[in-house]
Amino acid sequence: MTAALQVERLNRAFGALPVTRDVNLELERGARRALIGPNGAGKTTLVNLITGALKPHSGRVLLDGKDITGLSQADRARRGLARTFQINQLFRGLTVLENLCMTIGERDGHCNNLWRSAGSRRVVIDEALDHLDSLRLTDDALKLVRELPYGRQRLVEIAIALAQKPRVLLLDEPAAGVPSSESHLILDVVAALDPDIAVLIIEHDMDVVFRFAKEITVLVQGAVFTQGTPNEIMNNEQVRAVYLGQEDHRGGRHG
Amino acid sequence: MAASDTTMAAADRASTRERAADYLLRRHRFRAAEALPWLFAIAVFFVFPDRMTFGSQVLVMVMFALSLDLILGYAGIVTLGHAAFFGVGAYTVGLLAARLQWTEPISGLFAAAIVAAIVGFITGWFLLRYRGLTLLMLTLATAIMLQETGNLRSDISGGYDGLPGLTFKPLLGIFDYDLYGHTYYLYALAVLAVVFYFVRRIVYSPFGQALTGIRENVRRMHAIGSPVHWRLVTVYTIAAAIAGVAGALFTQTNAYVTLTVFDFDNSAKVMVMLILGGTGRLYGAFVGATVYMVLEDYFSKLSPTFWQFGIGLVLVLAVLFARRGVLGLFESMGQYIAERKKS
Repeated sequence: MTAALQVERLNRAFGALPVTRDVNLELERGARRALIGPNGAGKTTLVNLITGALKPHSGRVLLDGKDITGLSQADRARRGLARTFQINQLFRGLTVLENLCMTIGERDGHCNNLWRSAGSRRVVIDEALDHLDSLRLTDDALKLVRELPYGRQRLVEIAIALAQKPRVLLLDEPAAGVPSSESHLILDVVAALDPDIAVLIIEHDMDVVFRFAKEITVLVQGAVFTQGTPNEIMNNEQVRAVYLGQEDHRGGRHG
Repeated sequence: MAASDTTMAAADRASTRERAADYLLRRHRFRAAEALPWLFAIAVFFVFPDRMTFGSQVLVMVMFALSLDLILGYAGIVTLGHAAFFGVGAYTVGLLAARLQWTEPISGLFAAAIVAAIVGFITGWFLLRYRGLTLLMLTLATAIMLQETGNLRSDISGGYDGLPGLTFKPLLGIFDYDLYGHTYYLYALAVLAVVFYFVRRIVYSPFGQALTGIRENVRRMHAIGSPVHWRLVTVYTIAAAIAGVAGALFTQTNAYVTLTVFDFDNSAKVMVMLILGGTGRLYGAFVGATVYMVLEDYFSKLSPTFWQFGIGLVLVLAVLFARRGVLGLFESMGQYIAERKKS
């Protein structure tokens, strides 16, 4: 079976500074993989390279076995590669419901239509409300995104990614910036994701990582340091030295 | 007990859902208040029969500002060269009449729309990969380049003397141009109504929604798979066509056109009008263009030398107290009153 997502010998540098070095990564269908590493290890850069927000200097990205390295970010998204952002990227001046309807509209190609009213597609609105329902956001449907507390905005961020009906989902610190009293809501959602979606999660909170991930990749200075099951990683002396030992893993540091 | 609680919660959720869905289902429907600007325009026709030429100019500027609203207010494209398309439309009609004796007005509008759309498409395709200051400078340069091209070939364009004394065939072959401009006022109003209907459809369409998405967060649009560049080029082309029609009407109502239509002044003025009225709300163009033109008319009569001071003062006040334009001010006042009533 071909992997849902394959990254082959990916390289990228900013000026003289190599930030991604010969990275290989594979996500099987339904994978639950965590990407961890100290600050500045190049985790977000890797996500940007996979989604096409950045172009690699060498290497390939394959989605379902097809080379997508030359495709634009939007083309990749339409082929089932979705992401969330470490810092919210939402349509802040629009309602939560509109945020979702727009995503569905772009996914299904409705947005090429200049004539028919957006509100005339009941199916789209119903689907958007279903997504909101599943994340318990229905009560906020008509609120502007910028009026929501940050934690709820994080949920909208995930709702949008899910509304894309992705096959591969990249979560860039989904609970970042959320007070721990609310973060369990987000992590419950993450834990309950459709088992068919291949998920790569960047996360600093080791409790979350060990609870959620079946495989872990450790990135250090832009290169894959090691990968393995949570148990292997936890018992790996070197990993403890470079990462686990250094950082208070409950601190929820930014990265 | 618990069972009734869950059914109640379910019913609650269903009604919340219904309310939320309703909002989107109804939003694009015409509201009664939307008839106001049109009733106003018709009333003006009867109340000020001797100011119809001025009235036509206002309608032309409303249409011009409306085309800018589509790209600035909805898609968030900041341009200082929108007069380029107004000028292209104005000169299309002017040159057709002066050089090719094509003086039928309505087909002239279509010709202007097509030529302006082509120019909009080509320049948009190149320029819209840039944003912010770079785009501002490039759009500005586009208008200047078109103006200088006209200047270079003054044998065709008439240079800065323009194309004076144009005559056009009677409208639909029946209604002739009259000295007081009654015919052209109604003509401009009818064209504006048609254009407005198109713009309104676009704004409330899924495509229009995608434009607001681009305005709100372009990174997210890329991430959800939106072909951002094409969306922008499409709307830029449409806005160019509408600005072209406005320019064509300008030439037809004035019966002359000079290269000043390409002036930076013209680009800046239309932006000021739109911001004064309120961006991204369709009717901002109506309010802004009317208020600006009436003030300009009033101040220039009051003091022919210093009238710009008056306009400047109004703008300063608008920026200080009505950031979201006149319509935004009304909106805030409405909310304030509603909240006062509640408490």
